[in-house]
Amino acid sequence: MNANGRVFKYGNDVDTDVIIPARYLNTTKWEELAQHCMEDIDKDFVNNVEDGDIIVAEDNFGCGSSREHAPIAIKASGVSCVIANSFARIFYRNAINIGLPILECPEAVENIDTGDEVEIDFDTGIITNKTKNKSFQGQAFPEFMQELIEAGGLVNYINKDLNKENV
Amino acid sequence: MGMTMTQKILADHAKLDEVKPGQLIMADLDLVLGNDITAPVAINVFEDLDSDKVFDKTKIALVPDHFAPNKDIKAAQQCMQMRNFANDQDIENYFEIGEMGVEHALLPEQGLVVAGDCVIGADSHTCTYGALGAFSTGVGSTDMAVAMATGKAWFKVPDAIKINVTGELPEGVSGKDLILDIIGRIGVDGALYESMEFTGDGLKSLTMDDRFTIANMAIEAGGKNAIFPVDEQTIEYMKEHAPGKEYKVYEPDEDASYVDELDIDLSQLKPTVAFPHLPENTKVIDDIEEPVEIDQVVIGSCTNGRLSDLRKAADILRGNKVKEGLRVLIIPATQQVYLDAMEEGLLKDFIESGAIVSTPTCGPCLGGHMGILAEGERCASTTNRNFVGRMGHVDSEVYLMSPESAAASAILGKIASVNDLRG
Repeated sequence: MNANGRVFKYGNDVDTDVIIPARYLNTTKWEELAQHCMEDIDKDFVNNVEDGDIIVAEDNFGCGSSREHAPIAIKASGVSCVIANSFARIFYRNAINIGLPILECPEAVENIDTGDEVEIDFDTGIITNKTKNKSFQGQAFPEFMQELIEAGGLVNYINKDLNKENV
Repeated sequence: MGMTMTQKILADHAKLDEVKPGQLIMADLDLVLGNDITAPVAINVFEDLDSDKVFDKTKIALVPDHFAPNKDIKAAQQCMQMRNFANDQDIENYFEIGEMGVEHALLPEQGLVVAGDCVIGADSHTCTYGALGAFSTGVGSTDMAVAMATGKAWFKVPDAIKINVTGELPEGVSGKDLILDIIGRIGVDGALYESMEFTGDGLKSLTMDDRFTIANMAIEAGGKNAIFPVDEQTIEYMKEHAPGKEYKVYEPDEDASYVDELDIDLSQLKPTVAFPHLPENTKVIDDIEEPVEIDQVVIGSCTNGRLSDLRKAADILRGNKVKEGLRVLIIPATQQVYLDAMEEGLLKDFIESGAIVSTPTCGPCLGGHMGILAEGERCASTTNRNFVGRMGHVDSEVYLMSPESAAASAILGKIASVNDLRG
């Protein structure tokens, strides 16, 4: 599986309130949430983002609330992957559970700027900055999480188990 | 190698003799929590699961508190979806607004969490129950949905930071000042993926309400959970709120390992404020040189809306007037707190001082309703987050502090501590 797109880059501590402000949490519809993605940090994001684009950020991406609306808004806006130095733990869980690929790779973060075109090979964890012609090795997921992602998220993974119990 | 308190609770709930940091485990849960924002997403996911019934209707808590009482039509729809689900599934611990409260104040008060429990909640401040010697942590809605179906959740076993507390808090300083001081020292990702395990002689001088406030904000340092040892105060609290409920006391092994240690002398703490836009931007209030004028004060939330918080604020406001033109909102965290505050006469103190008193709700804390800020406005608040746009307009500001300092700020119309009232 590969991702390929242009980069939107942000700094440290991008919190869930700027990813999807609470005033929009009165809906669970993915497409409505996507319309307000990143609104309080980058008003133009929703107008400029295209399918496959990539968010790159520094430390502690997704800190704050447990709202799953945050990775949902990002995924539903068409973003194919988030690369950061580190992720807040609830955001990390939520992203994996809903099947939004995320990678920790400080070396890549340092060498990618807004507007760069980046390709990611999820099987190998290799991140290539095509604009700057540089490649980086992202951290692979632990086996358990690989299984979750390959199953298509936690729901499918658990359904397999539930069905086993029912047999 | 020895285990920490958190590791021992996780090992027992995963039916393992031992766990190690970094190990992925599947653990049995004693309680699964959701609210009117996160539960609707979870209910949608639950409907995609090959399971019709929740694992245990007594071990799920659903609390309409964020946008309740319903703030608009869409919020009303979400609350209705949760209410219908609770009815269909016969959920015992669904709290309609007449019996509700802000979830993390309500659940301990109702005796739904005791020492040794393993709890998840689809709300980041679920870490609050560590005050009772339980393992509790925030997760998202998919985790909540799966947990409602299976009674289980996956965890990566965390490392721990040991926080050794000595001394006693000075007058006018409380648990909020302690946790703000810690976050200021270690940063908003200083405990990322880790447990914050409290220990030391100083803990006995911290009330249960102080401990709830401290554990509540572990997430603001990135922590997975915070946990306090069980002492006489904890046992008294459980006797009062969860009589007859079985609990288990865990203690860390003597050779438990910690990735970091922090020493805190309570007697050295001073009234502290977190400036916008991160909880780590802390300053000692008495050191602020340029006055920071404010437009609004909020005293409430899962962090500081308990009875002792209201008592502290009322003691300061009683016989005083809030600064002219300032909007001061007092939000008791639960219906019981509201009732107790009324019986003690605290509500009268608040109203006579020029503050308003609201029904329990998360409301303004997350910029939901009941006190949204306009462009450029500033709020002194006892809540837990001061991110960009947290309480309203993207160009508004939130300053986090204790109830004592918020009450002093309400009188003076600027960021202040009780020391400024003595001057």
